[in-house]
Amino acid sequence: MITLRSLTKRYGPFTAVDSIDLEVAKGELFGFLGPNGAGKTTTLRMIAGILRPTAGSVEVGGVNIAEHPAAAKAKLGFIPDRPFIYDKLTGAEFLRFVAGLYEQSGATVEKRMDELLSLFDLSEWKDELVESYSHGMRQKLIISSAFLHRPEVVVVDEPMVGLDPKAARILKDLFREYTRRGNTIMMSTHTLEVAESLCDRIGIIQGGRIRALGTMDELAQHTEDGVRGGSLEALFLRLTGERASRELVEVLDA
Amino acid sequence: MREQVGGAMAGGEPSDARARPAAERLPSPSVRRLLLPKWHTMRNRARKSDAKEGWRWLIVIAIGLLFWGFSMAVLVRVLTYFRGTPEIGLLLAGKLLGLVFLSFFAILLLSNVITALSSFFLARDLHMLAAAPVDWLQLYMAKLLETLIHSSWMVALMSLPILSAYGYVYEGGVGFVLVALAASIPYFVIPAAVGSAITLILVNVFPARRTRDLLSVVAVLAAGALVMLFRLLRPERLVRPDGVRSLVDFVAMLQTPTSPYLPSEWAQRAVMGSLTGETPLLPLYLLWTTAAVIVVAGALLHRSLYDAGFSKAQESAHRASRKGALAAIAYRMLAPLGALRRELVMKETRVFFRDTTQWSQLILLAVLLVVYVFNVKLLPMSSEGVTFFLVNVVPFLNLGIAGFVLSAIAARFIFPGVSIEGRTLWLLKSSPLPMGALLWSKYWTGTLPLLALALIIVGVTNALLGVGVFIFVVSLCSIVVLTFALASMALGLGAVFPRYESENAAQIPTSFGGLVFMLTSVVLVAGVVLLEARPVYAYLRARTFGEPIEASEMIVGFALAFVLCAIATVVPLRVARNKLNALEV
Repeated sequence: MITLRSLTKRYGPFTAVDSIDLEVAKGELFGFLGPNGAGKTTTLRMIAGILRPTAGSVEVGGVNIAEHPAAAKAKLGFIPDRPFIYDKLTGAEFLRFVAGLYEQSGATVEKRMDELLSLFDLSEWKDELVESYSHGMRQKLIISSAFLHRPEVVVVDEPMVGLDPKAARILKDLFREYTRRGNTIMMSTHTLEVAESLCDRIGIIQGGRIRALGTMDELAQHTEDGVRGGSLEALFLRLTGERASRELVEVLDA
Repeated sequence: MREQVGGAMAGGEPSDARARPAAERLPSPSVRRLLLPKWHTMRNRARKSDAKEGWRWLIVIAIGLLFWGFSMAVLVRVLTYFRGTPEIGLLLAGKLLGLVFLSFFAILLLSNVITALSSFFLARDLHMLAAAPVDWLQLYMAKLLETLIHSSWMVALMSLPILSAYGYVYEGGVGFVLVALAASIPYFVIPAAVGSAITLILVNVFPARRTRDLLSVVAVLAAGALVMLFRLLRPERLVRPDGVRSLVDFVAMLQTPTSPYLPSEWAQRAVMGSLTGETPLLPLYLLWTTAAVIVVAGALLHRSLYDAGFSKAQESAHRASRKGALAAIAYRMLAPLGALRRELVMKETRVFFRDTTQWSQLILLAVLLVVYVFNVKLLPMSSEGVTFFLVNVVPFLNLGIAGFVLSAIAARFIFPGVSIEGRTLWLLKSSPLPMGALLWSKYWTGTLPLLALALIIVGVTNALLGVGVFIFVVSLCSIVVLTFALASMALGLGAVFPRYESENAAQIPTSFGGLVFMLTSVVLVAGVVLLEARPVYAYLRARTFGEPIEASEMIVGFALAFVLCAIATVVPLRVARNKLNALEV
């Protein structure tokens, strides 16, 4: 459902994403891991059509997003890491507005909206201005908006940030059910437990390149410098920052 | 929903040093350290600016210098005339300076009240400072200085050519410069401290976000009332000979201080004193002691009220149900547009009318309109000697002024349209929304009210002036095509020069892009007036002298004006669409 071919993004001399090739299948929940500044958000934003690749291509559901942006984006729902939305709209008005962007309206949208708001405990707040929502409530509203038009592919950047444990649990269940029904989710996260428990496959990115890719079992077998992967945390740290965590002890001891 | 802020400022710890254990010395950053990030931000922005940015600055500085030069030249001329007038010349110069200082003082007070709300209660750095061991006095002084600089720099810049003109005409010398500087410092500090104290009290009565709404309405109402009052008083009558009853009365009026207990009067007396060779010790003493007392009183008030006020400022707006019958009617009326365009139009309208800082500007607009119509009504068009020619030429030239007024309104309301989407572009760009549809909604929600206003301005003023049918039709048609073009240019240039990071829509038109829009709109309005001038003149000449009307000349003139407006309508929208399509978030 998502195909990245030699996907590259450069900002002047700095290469944020360096020729990534990736295929995410229909019904798959793909986790994208990496330290801060590794290129996760840039990649997800290119898939969502917000950023233009310097080179390479993105296909969503077999549609090239650069050639047919509207058709590709109609299949897609995007949840950003920072919940910036219109403060002066109510939750319900915001959701109706998003449905309108996908040319949807009417009783079906209202029903779907009520279901999603109730799922995230926002029903009581639907007629309040977004400016009175907390960070977590805004995040839940954006998540609801991404699922409103029943996209085939959902791209999520740090889904658990700001969510309370109950909402986080609901979101995990929603993701599982959604992919079980043949839809695709690609998400970035810093929470390794979430990636470990939810994702069918995981890709670890650093310096704009995918350093490891596979199922949890495959990653456990991953070897580098003759050392086996072991747990996801061990592999992640070895690939991205084990030395830093050792330095941490030295800093604290100093 | 409430958010509590921890740290000393939220009342968790006693701020009094006596409460601390004697041996423990708590860290407390100085005022300099608290302001350092602001200085670094400014420096880094200057360093990061490229050649394009440099050019923009050069243009802005050049225009500023031109304005300075012009203001100074006008004032030098006026003051030179005063200086040549025996007895009352000096009194008039002093009175003029007193009026300028009084107006500036009112502006400074209002500006400080509004700025203090942001710097003391809503600024982004406050949460960090609230959690840090910052001493209350250091915080007060740092924020007072920040408020003072933000709200006074423009008035200070405007004062420069005025004071320079006084120094130049009355040969002030070094003494004058020193006195002007010594008078200016407390003159700026006093409204800053008073304004901050007023805001502090207001925030303790209302939540900060409500206070911001309230203040924006009050500020606009105050500005509107001032403009209206000034105009309705008809100051032009004062220069008429029949306006002065006797010279003695006039001199007595000039000698009476306008506002003896206000710092503006003391500053005026200090400056004028240094120019007439007097030692202005008393006014300077009054200025400095008052400033000191007010700063100390402000600091004490800050110590007692700030913690509670800051905590209250974190409360969000009250919950209010938003189900409206109007929205249901609007939904039904907009149904033919389809789901996408209807939602876009509804969103534009809601966001505008729910933002107090936006809709309150409509009050000012209404005032502007009343003053405009009032001015036209006062024109002596029915007096003796006013010919048919003049009766029709004035409304035609009125088209140019109406065009300029519409440009200013488009700059305020339509120009920021694309910029205000900055934080939500991720949503618009990741959806299948064509950027053309976004521009369409912004264009029509901006253009239709502007068009209604344009037709009212031109229609009412033409009716008041009693113009002929031909000029009536020409000016109405011209203002319609001009409005379409001006709205398109405002939206287009707003997309070409966006300010996505700006949180206040009212600040966006004052950017470089806003300046470019105003300049190009003046060129467009002038172009249309010039192109239509010839056919209008030909028609009026023919009517006045009974000559035949040259149809070809009229068709060419009007057609060219129409083509110019059509180009100015289509091109900016296309450029904006391409710019938005290529935009990366």
